[in-house]
Amino acid sequence: MATTSEIQSNSDLLERVARRRRRQHVEQTVFAWLLRAAALISVLTTVGIVIILVAQSAGFFAEVSPWEFLTGTEWAPLFSPQKFGVLSLVGGTLLVAVIAGIVSLTLGLGAAIFLSEYAPERLRRVLKPILEVLAGIPTVVYGYFALTFITPILQNIFGHDQVIVFNALSAGLVMGLMIMPMVSTLSEDAMVAVPRSLRDAAYALGATRFEVSTKVVIPAALSGIVASFILGVSRAIGETMIVKIAAGATPNLTLNPLESIQAMTAYIVQVSLGETPQGSLEYKTIFAVGLLLFVMTLAMNIVGRWVISRFRQQYE
Amino acid sequence: MNKQDSIISKRQKLHAVRVLRDRIFVVGFALAVIAGILGLAALLFDVLIDGLPFLNINFLTSYASRKAENSGILAPLAGTIWIVGMTALLTIPIGVGTAIYLEEFASKNRLNRLIELNIANLAGVPSVIYGLLGLAVFVQFLFNGSRNVTAGALTMTLLILPIVVIASQEAIKAVPSSYRDAAYAMGANRWQVVKAVVLPQALPGMMSGIILALSRAIGESAPILIISSLVWVTFIPTSPDSKFTVLPLQIFTWISQPQHSFRGIAAAAIIVLLIVLLSMNGIAIWIRSKYQSRPDQ
Repeated sequence: MATTSEIQSNSDLLERVARRRRRQHVEQTVFAWLLRAAALISVLTTVGIVIILVAQSAGFFAEVSPWEFLTGTEWAPLFSPQKFGVLSLVGGTLLVAVIAGIVSLTLGLGAAIFLSEYAPERLRRVLKPILEVLAGIPTVVYGYFALTFITPILQNIFGHDQVIVFNALSAGLVMGLMIMPMVSTLSEDAMVAVPRSLRDAAYALGATRFEVSTKVVIPAALSGIVASFILGVSRAIGETMIVKIAAGATPNLTLNPLESIQAMTAYIVQVSLGETPQGSLEYKTIFAVGLLLFVMTLAMNIVGRWVISRFRQQYE
Repeated sequence: MNKQDSIISKRQKLHAVRVLRDRIFVVGFALAVIAGILGLAALLFDVLIDGLPFLNINFLTSYASRKAENSGILAPLAGTIWIVGMTALLTIPIGVGTAIYLEEFASKNRLNRLIELNIANLAGVPSVIYGLLGLAVFVQFLFNGSRNVTAGALTMTLLILPIVVIASQEAIKAVPSSYRDAAYAMGANRWQVVKAVVLPQALPGMMSGIILALSRAIGESAPILIISSLVWVTFIPTSPDSKFTVLPLQIFTWISQPQHSFRGIAAAAIIVLLIVLLSMNGIAIWIRSKYQSRPDQ
């Protein structure tokens, strides 16, 4: 038989528990909303980027036709008569990016094969972090390296009269070195995902490691390797400081990597460093160039990730 | 009999060729790794040889000067500390919050998949684009043309946010679901599970991701170049609306000087920058390795 006071204290306890429950529920609701708000910031960032680029470019395209912008081959917005052919900037960007892509694919793929197919685990664990240091070095440092180390070497090889101090090759080579760990890691991931049984089957037929690597592993991992190349080139297209420091400021539609060029990113930085008044046509050009840059890298990233995800489905 | 011999010897020759090709290509693949390491070594030597003669205490405690030999990195060093500090304060709650929301609260519906896709895409947007965003939104709209530290930190926050979110998501995913189930079984609600179980477990992984993201913010120059645009800063930022410069920007300024004497101090500043970054990377790797190998898993 419960006494009155026991009943009283029991209902007190129940009351306290219920109150605590309610408080916890409120706390959870508040924090859930805060977390949702945090997640929204990344969405707002994308919206902000698109709105800013499109709105500012709209002012530019009101005065310069998109056709002239996209097909013209001369870029001279700061001189009169003004020329707004972005192809010479795109050409400069792509020239550097292709050199960087070739270097990073050659070195990165070679390194990935060595690390995933040949190197013993212990060696791999030493080499991989060393290579990844390359990915952590700031781009301004690579720019310095290109200008003060690689360019003089190129001048000694090809002759001082052939190689201009600011040239696409030096920037491309160094950028290739910078992107190499990324290509190597992504390719290696794709190779590691190739089932052991495929390799074993080839070895059982008497294949050498080289044959297993080139005839079994690489074909099976090809989409991952292709994706690593696409993502690497996209990275190179968006890179700013190396091309700004080492590749020059001369809009130049050329295939000769020993010449001076100007990349899209380098142009954007050049204008923002100058005294271009806000709202002027020159000022709006950097947003138009930025919009084109954004679309190019976004398209490549989406294709790259799509290729990777398609590849993953094959073996999982 | 003779015929069989010749077949065998042909086979042996073919085998020898294949083995030889195998050996040659091992060397080729190893050379790719060696080329990467040599590139890194050349870069470090280049910087050390150019920069070490200029590296002394005065270099750390004086401002930039017209003369290379009198120049120092006090202003950019202080600016970098301001930017990193403010960026960390902003990025950590937003980034970790986003990751918790996506991993623990969000249902797997179309909207939330869109948010994840969006974050992956943001991670691939060139940094110079963030500079344009910061210039238009923070400098011109929010601060009325003032190129201050806060605008720089806000821009850097947006830039490294995707990295922090993705790293934090990985850390949260690594917490075994049995831990959560145990807490739920004892009557904890979702937020209590996050607060008391998921966060403490995921903290080391998040920390190393955050440190790596912040080191990215320290080394990044393009967006700051667009935001700050200032070339000679000879003062320490005193408040969030001060003008500022950062280490990579000062390095860029010195590299761009026509006089070769400025290259030496650029290299000296690079050495300081690399020491900061490598020690941050070291700390991140140490945290990861210290907490990664838990025997109970």
